[in-house]
Amino acid sequence: MEPLYTHISQQYNAELEDIRSKVLQMGGLVEQQIEQAINALVRGDTALGEAVIMDDTKVNKLEVTIDEECSQIIARRQPAASDLRLVMAVIKTITDLERIGDEAEKIARMAVRLAGEERPKNNYAEIQALGNHVRQMVHDALDAFARLDVEAAVRVAREDIKIDHKYEGALRQLITFMMEDPRTISRSLNVIWAARALERIGDHARNICEYIIYLVRGRDVRHTSLEQIEKEILGREKTH
Amino acid sequence: MKPEIQPAVRKAKPAYNSAMPPRAEPDTVASGALPQTAARPVLKAQAKNLNFYYGGTVQALKNINLDLAEKQVTALIGPSGCGKSTFLRCFNRMHDLYPGNRYEGEILIHPDNINILGKNVDPIEVRMRISMVFQKANPFPKSIYENVAYGLRVRDVKRRGHLDDKVEEALRGAALWDEVKDRLPDLAFNLSGGQQQRLCIARALATDPEILLFDEPTSALDPIATASIEELIAELKQKITILIVTHNMQQAARVSDYTAFMHLGELVEFGDTNTIFTNPSNKRTEDYITGRYG
Repeated sequence: MEPLYTHISQQYNAELEDIRSKVLQMGGLVEQQIEQAINALVRGDTALGEAVIMDDTKVNKLEVTIDEECSQIIARRQPAASDLRLVMAVIKTITDLERIGDEAEKIARMAVRLAGEERPKNNYAEIQALGNHVRQMVHDALDAFARLDVEAAVRVAREDIKIDHKYEGALRQLITFMMEDPRTISRSLNVIWAARALERIGDHARNICEYIIYLVRGRDVRHTSLEQIEKEILGREKTH
Repeated sequence: MKPEIQPAVRKAKPAYNSAMPPRAEPDTVASGALPQTAARPVLKAQAKNLNFYYGGTVQALKNINLDLAEKQVTALIGPSGCGKSTFLRCFNRMHDLYPGNRYEGEILIHPDNINILGKNVDPIEVRMRISMVFQKANPFPKSIYENVAYGLRVRDVKRRGHLDDKVEEALRGAALWDEVKDRLPDLAFNLSGGQQQRLCIARALATDPEILLFDEPTSALDPIATASIEELIAELKQKITILIVTHNMQQAARVSDYTAFMHLGELVEFGDTNTIFTNPSNKRTEDYITGRYG
């Protein structure tokens, strides 16, 4: 296989490869955190919830480590062009990954709090549906990062809209529960917090997709409508 | 029935696929035209279909088309032997000093639209309008004052008061006046390397050139002297169009507004410096500025 990086300096190749693989490692950890936080909530598993809370420090440490490595690369190598964009994209991506980790931790805290209470009849179906979707989105975003796949990044970014719709649906359902039976208000409020955390994770995953587009195409698509991004990125793709 | 969370993707480690890092497009034809930006640069000079042959046989420049924007800094980068110094030297007819060298095409200077490579154009007159600063400081074995006044004396400026004014103006322009004003009769060789280089810039400025050519002006200087030359370039471009050849990529990124990348005697890519250093469109440019082997 052709090496990923072909700089004259082998050391430089290794450094860039290292930050890239650490981002994927951090991504894997964050994905696991989301999955376990949801499981803890759905199963009422206090121990699992507490494990997720504990493990957030691992995510935080990775963020600090990668940041440090990026600043060293900037200081020592003065990266340009695609190397520069890689370092920039990595610095931004890990910020979003760290925040996803925080959201997972929030869900885990809700899980611990809710574990002692009576379980709802639908067994948190709305959180399960939303959670599965969000976790898949984070996975796909990281996969697009690993493959530097712009088309996939645009597709994944679009998922955020579906997630927002699902979140609104879940909210409506929870409000209905609360109106039907005011005794569920306390629990439902906690569930709303968890749903809100999942919705935020979707936003962070979309941000990561935008960094991928910047990394590959050199085009900053933040604060641009999805339609505009699709037109520019996929439209240009077709003319090739 | 209890719906369980599906372990949809993977359980243990993520299996992200890897791919090659993004690369610029493979070879495309470079346009030497100024990029159309909001700034609307004014055209100062244009190389048009420029070919150059050393000794009449070795082709060092291949059909170069490049625009220079007025009062902007254009950097020429590229590996050794790519023709960037050869190109620079065409601008003040340096190649005329050796027999057999041959130009084809033209270099137009605006606004008067003169082809400085034309047979009827006097190289001395060209060098008055287009001055050059070299890699190694090369002061004449004369006093500081006489070094700066030299070009003016060639031009037959004799009035002492006028000469004094022009020398001071040029030395101030080169940010050297305060350091040498009390020792103008001293031999130029007594100055430090960075000062000698600034003296050469002052000498180049004395004839009020429209274009200033720099051929790796800081490669023999320490970082402090380099920084002061770079600062000087930023000041000079208020008045003068600058073309600079440099091996130091960071220097090109720091000082220039436009960057041209040359390789094997061809102009590979030309564009505004921000774009060239963050998102070049040609793979050869990308490989060179990121330190890859192509």
